[in-house]
Amino acid sequence: MNGISLFYIAFAYVAVAIFIIGFLARVWKYAKTPSPLNITLTPGPTSTTGVVYRMVQEVGFFKSLFYSNRIIWLGGYIMHLGLALVLIKHFRFFFTPAPASLAWITTFEAYAGFIFLAPLLFLFALRLITDRTYYISLITDYGILALLMLIAATGILTKYYVRTDIIDVKAFVMGIVSFSPAAMPMDFIFILHFTLVMLLLIYFPFSKLMHAGGIFFSPTRNQADDPREVRHVTPWAVKG
Amino acid sequence: MAEITKEELMTSAPKKKEPDKAPKLTGKIVKPKIVRGAAGHNKPYTAKPELMEKLGFPGQLVDNWQEAAIRKMGELLEKYKSLQVYMDICVRCGACTDKCQYFLSTKDPNNMPVGRAELFRKVYRRYFTREGKILGKIAGAVDFDLELLAEWYSYFHQCSQCRRCSVFCPYGIDTAEISMAAREIMDSIGLGEKYVVEVLGKVHDIGNNLGMNPKALENALEFVEEEIEEETGIPVKLPLDVEDAEVLLVTPSADFFASPHMESLVGYAKVFHQAGINWTFSTKASEAGNFGMFIGNYGQMKKVASRINDAIHELRPKRLVVGECGHAWRVAYQFWNTLIGPFDTLNPKYPRPQHIVEFTLDLINRGALVIDKSANDEFTVTFHDSCNVARATRMGDKPGGQFELPRELIKAVANNYVEMDAETIKAKTFCCGGGGGLLTDEIMEVRINGAMPRMQALHNVMETHGVNFMALICAICKAQFTAVFPKYGVPREVAGGIHQLVGRALVLGAKE
Repeated sequence: MNGISLFYIAFAYVAVAIFIIGFLARVWKYAKTPSPLNITLTPGPTSTTGVVYRMVQEVGFFKSLFYSNRIIWLGGYIMHLGLALVLIKHFRFFFTPAPASLAWITTFEAYAGFIFLAPLLFLFALRLITDRTYYISLITDYGILALLMLIAATGILTKYYVRTDIIDVKAFVMGIVSFSPAAMPMDFIFILHFTLVMLLLIYFPFSKLMHAGGIFFSPTRNQADDPREVRHVTPWAVKG
Repeated sequence: MAEITKEELMTSAPKKKEPDKAPKLTGKIVKPKIVRGAAGHNKPYTAKPELMEKLGFPGQLVDNWQEAAIRKMGELLEKYKSLQVYMDICVRCGACTDKCQYFLSTKDPNNMPVGRAELFRKVYRRYFTREGKILGKIAGAVDFDLELLAEWYSYFHQCSQCRRCSVFCPYGIDTAEISMAAREIMDSIGLGEKYVVEVLGKVHDIGNNLGMNPKALENALEFVEEEIEEETGIPVKLPLDVEDAEVLLVTPSADFFASPHMESLVGYAKVFHQAGINWTFSTKASEAGNFGMFIGNYGQMKKVASRINDAIHELRPKRLVVGECGHAWRVAYQFWNTLIGPFDTLNPKYPRPQHIVEFTLDLINRGALVIDKSANDEFTVTFHDSCNVARATRMGDKPGGQFELPRELIKAVANNYVEMDAETIKAKTFCCGGGGGLLTDEIMEVRINGAMPRMQALHNVMETHGVNFMALICAICKAQFTAVFPKYGVPREVAGGIHQLVGRALVLGAKE
């Protein structure tokens, strides 16, 4: 095994550890920070079952965004759909044999990368075109879109243009997953792709990407509308 | 923004650009191109040192204000899940950017919900996140300096905490929570808003926002009794501090004093009289409003609310009913149970607390009142959903009851009802422009602008359907619209309470 492989294997462990620990630490913080009052946004569900349904609609369909702005919804929803397809597609690198339940993904095999990349470009352009979004966009907002676009683009390249050997990639990834390291395919585009993904994982817990975990803790959406029936009690609020 | 000094920040007189001029009424709400800094000159008067100190805040901007503000921010981030989560998860998608009444009218990008929240976030990122500490300006992390504090003071007092943005946010980010936290931080370093601080002082000293002492309150109630008797010949009573009554009615003090608020007071009194229900006001609980919420100060909010609890223990009523007031109904509906509950001494057969609209509609539906709808035939009525009622409360058992019940009640007492544009009502209603502690004259420009979207929708139905009465269920809405209507060329009388209509249509003495 060469030095580059060893470096990347160590890099991968560090990146994944930062991602998992960082993500969980953040979510733990959201979970343990008290919500002193019931501030649910009404009209809202009056039961826990209703709250789950509300959350499913938001997380699964971006319902509020749909009613708010169809154009942003279109870009955002398809982008996340593409991301989901791409992620599922990558599962095959982590399991031997690849799970049969994911066989349907082959239908999207050819397009998944593009379903991810195209809306990213769209969202990037949207930030620049509308004066209101241009005003609020931070350099990091463009940065994250750019990073995701590069990841998508390099991913597409490994598949269609430079054709990285998929067997080698799987051996490399399985090696990391099973803690029995295997050599990294020495393919520039693949190494670039891999590096960018690791950078994304490292940046994730420290960035707005935490909306992925944070959405479940939004008190206006995760509380039931029942303050007259149920006394909402948190320790500091009852003392304070 | 140009360099400013502490003294400039604390001076009371806001810089005026031009006389308060209302936008043109075209019936349309257009998404404007942004104009940077267009509303940055607006700021309410700062509170006087002695009044600040009375509430336990520093009298004026403390020397180490930056350090103190950051410490306070850290404290609030630990105490409020909403604040912590909403600081982190905004992706700046832009969905909220065209949803705030203050942005739509002033065109100032800091009045876009996300623009406003970013004023807070850029400080949060700078002092509380690794991203901000490492990447700095690239990640939108900025030092908390006097210029930024001045922007805070200006723009966090151009938010009425109406929660409209939260409806449209994919994560439900509630700018009200952020603006409350910002005001809490500013108060804690000695930078308070005169209007709200004064009102809170009056509640603590005298018992209500208007500062009516018990004698004045008694006189006001007697005056209304005389008015009703003069008009109808029937001695309708407005009892005060009666023990063991069936109902304690807690209403905004404006109802005892202001116009058109008093017309609703007449309506309540007639309803209780005609239903034969033993009821009372309380001098101690002579205020439903709770400005503690506007400044995000939990202690103040609890202290103000505790007067209600005191009244319940003194007077031992069986039911608790709340009059027409938007933010008061939010505090009552969402917070009272936590702040001063549980209401074990109240009759569990009725909601604790109950809204006056729920109360009256229930009586009508049970046939307890005789109504002559034709008494309101001179009116073509529309209804303005109050922001706090619409998005932070409920009436009745079903979600959305806060929209349906007031409309049912209006239709039960008036024949002509017209709905405004669907994009401006119910959950999507616009704030009147004067909520959240902005109901003060030195920022009339903000108030006039904030009312613009509602005024456009109202203008439409006035032109097309001859609407001449906009029914309200909020003391702030009533005060705000009667003040801004003339600026838009709309007669003051178009604003009135739902119970004003009820009072007119209720047939006294007809029941046997």
